[in-house]
Amino acid sequence: MSRLIQRYTTGERNTHWVVAIAFVLAALSGLALFHPAFFFLTHLFGGGPWTRILHPFIGVLMSLFFIAMAMRFWRLNHITPADRQWMGRIKDVLCNRDENLPELGKYNAGQKILFWTMVVTMPLLLLTGIAIWQPWFAPYVPVWLMRVAVVIHALSAWILILGIIVHVYAAIWVKGTVRAMTRGTVTEAWARHHHRAWYRETTGK
Amino acid sequence: MALQSLDITARSATTTPSPSVRGTLQVAKLIDISKCIGCKACQTACMEWNDLRDEVGHNHGVYDNPRDLTDQSWTVMRFSEVEVEQGRLEWLIRKDGCMHCAEPGCLKACPSPGAIVQYANGIVDFHEENCIGCGYCITGCPFNIPRISKKDHKAYKCTLCSDRVAVGMEPACVKTCPTGAIVFGSKEDMIHHAEGRIEDLKERGYGNAALYDPPGVGGTHVMYVLQHGDQPELYAGLPKDPHISPLVGLWKGVTKPLMSLGIGLAVFAGFFHYVTAGPKEVDAHDEEKSS
Ligand code: HEM
Ligand code: SF4
Ligand code: SF4
Repeated sequence: MSRLIQRYTTGERNTHWVVAIAFVLAALSGLALFHPAFFFLTHLFGGGPWTRILHPFIGVLMSLFFIAMAMRFWRLNHITPADRQWMGRIKDVLCNRDENLPELGKYNAGQKILFWTMVVTMPLLLLTGIAIWQPWFAPYVPVWLMRVAVVIHALSAWILILGIIVHVYAAIWVKGTVRAMTRGTVTEAWARHHHRAWYRETTGK
Repeated sequence: MALQSLDITARSATTTPSPSVRGTLQVAKLIDISKCIGCKACQTACMEWNDLRDEVGHNHGVYDNPRDLTDQSWTVMRFSEVEVEQGRLEWLIRKDGCMHCAEPGCLKACPSPGAIVQYANGIVDFHEENCIGCGYCITGCPFNIPRISKKDHKAYKCTLCSDRVAVGMEPACVKTCPTGAIVFGSKEDMIHHAEGRIEDLKERGYGNAALYDPPGVGGTHVMYVLQHGDQPELYAGLPKDPHISPLVGLWKGVTKPLMSLGIGLAVFAGFFHYVTAGPKEVDAHDEEKSS
């Protein structure tokens, strides 16, 4: 195995996992109320009323930690010409014909798109979630606004859930990735293969 | 509010049909606003039968008391002073409360199985033991009726005295009304009764008298006789053409099964992509170059 290089600090990893765990709990408790097919998920949270009570608090926790994470990674997620090229060759990406792909920095276009999807949907979820939050805020919100809020909340949640499914799959699919978030390090070969510009920058090779 | 001998034909957050074999008589309450004197005996009877005691509120300079529906006040008289004809003041007094819609928006919006039910006789009832307190019913209702209790965080509203109706009695408000402004019976009979009243009102100069049984919600099991049937808004903002909001339709319609399917497909797409294309791995060349 080739040498290891640092990809995430301890702080970054812990923040990521707080967001990730809170997301899973928020998604499961939210889906429970989304459609009757998922109502059984309320059993994971101690029943219907507990699901209703816990969900918004989990969501707020997730939002706060996400803000910390987003500020940290913001700069690294600007879309570059290489990203457009990479997106144009998405077929090669999916079929593992990696030799046809351009050199990338710390993140590829897929990761960046997920980042911006989260930057848009998280605040939407937070704001609309607060508007329909019983019994704290919803009693002061006009009914028409609650109707708008609940539709936007459900839609943003759906987009975010789809995004995270892709995100989780990509981590499993691209071998050697998970350790970046569990141990903080990746192999030099991994960095060279998937993010060569970032590899050169960090190692000077 | 549970334990009824009545068949439940519709149930919140339930995707399979509810028992619908037995046909029962559709019931309705008819409120003749032209006969109401605003004595609030019905409000009192409702409190008494249902063991409710609202807080003694404040005098706001109007007759409405309490000011709004609450978890303890399932019906409230709303007083409107209007001049439909210049110089001729009219005092319109509407008994507000659940309309028991044939197509109830509250039931459509509710995410908790069996928290809201509709009986075969048309009564829409909340079963608070299944309520999770999310407030979606408020979002769904076109008449702004359900109220969440601060005490137990459950939703409450008029039951149309389903417990009395189940054993062959009329609702408490009907029984108590001293002028006979509230009557109760089969929906058919109530429509027939209303027709007679409307004819009478027309003869007495109310040319636009009409029955309020809005088709936008499939008709209601609480109906009004309005002197000014062409302007229901005069009666403390009774909606002219109530509908379940299109936003609620969008939120609770086909979108959700489709979205759920989308989530399922995304998971399967990932699985089959892995099986088809295989994992993305670092090649020997990279290993060599970086070591
Ligand atoms: C950011 C802070 C969030 C707040 C304050 C919040 C708040 C709420 C509230 C108040 C409800 C209504 C039910 C209840 O009271 O529990 C709700 C429903 C829901 N939430 Fe959240 N939420 C947040 C984040 C999220 C996240 C991250 C997800 C999932 C990705 C999510 C998914 C859902 C879903 C699917 C529903 C059901 C919507 C429906 O019935 O159509 N929420 N949320
Ligand atoms: S508050 Fe209760 S009755 Fe109303 S929608 Fe939620 S679970 Fe259903
Ligand atoms: S008036 Fe509102 S609470 Fe009553 S049945 Fe209709 S939608 Fe439900």
